[in-house]
Amino acid sequence: MTGWLLVCVGAAAGAPARYLVDRFVQVRHSSRIPWGTLAINLSGSLLLGCLYGGAAGSELLLLVGTGFCGAFTTFSTFAFESVRLLEERASWAALANLSVTLLGGLGAAFVGFALTASW
Amino acid sequence: MTRDPQPDRTQAGRAQAGVEPIDPDVDLQAPGQRFELAAHRATLAVIALGGMLGAMARHRLELAWPMEASGFPWATFATNVAGSFLLGALMVVVQETRAAHPLLRPFAGVGVLGGFTTFSTYAVQGRDLLAGAAPHPGTALAYLFGSVVAALVAVAAGLALARLVVRR
Repeated sequence: MTGWLLVCVGAAAGAPARYLVDRFVQVRHSSRIPWGTLAINLSGSLLLGCLYGGAAGSELLLLVGTGFCGAFTTFSTFAFESVRLLEERASWAALANLSVTLLGGLGAAFVGFALTASW
Repeated sequence: MTRDPQPDRTQAGRAQAGVEPIDPDVDLQAPGQRFELAAHRATLAVIALGGMLGAMARHRLELAWPMEASGFPWATFATNVAGSFLLGALMVVVQETRAAHPLLRPFAGVGVLGGFTTFSTYAVQGRDLLAGAAPHPGTALAYLFGSVVAALVAVAAGLALARLVVRR
């Protein structure tokens, strides 16, 4: 299958999955921190880390990496939500969101990589 | 969770109904957005379509802009910053004008821009620059913090520019 088609199929699953997971998490938490986006970005980073650690083939990387993980995780929503928190003067929530997302995402990528690289 | 007896389903009505939502995808704290709990088959379809378009555009850009010797992932950086700018501008159109179609936000915001920008690739590239075969700790820090700062500035710029245009 050609590369763009694999990306397309992965993204067609990843984008709606983000929307549904975001709602699922939001229903259960009501604080100002955008837990939905946080959970999505950390789990997506863990999954992509696993793919790279396991030296996944190029087709799997296009389908699950570029397509699914790419459309599932989001940088624009993360940035927008942080700016919105700053606008509403929820500075601590904004700072917490920024630092936990950055450190947690990086940590998740490390953990995912280590998990499959050691197999 | 309580539902409004008669939610105003227009975009402008949502903006007037209460606080502006934190979450651009769907914010259940915002009364007007809860209608998506019921009517989301069309929403999911346009999100999937938008996600495909956004991810394809990102894939094209990555192919056209290969990594330089410095190791700085410019393609992902540019994607994430540009997508953040566009989401800021889009949210002004969606929330502060009466013209926006109800499916515009799910299609363009959740789908296209969500599919275009990516956090997982950013995190894995950061890991690779820190602990990969050829580590560049300086580049890693510049990329990790630079992406976040540039994306925040881009959202603010998108909001400000779109408000200038919308309010003229």
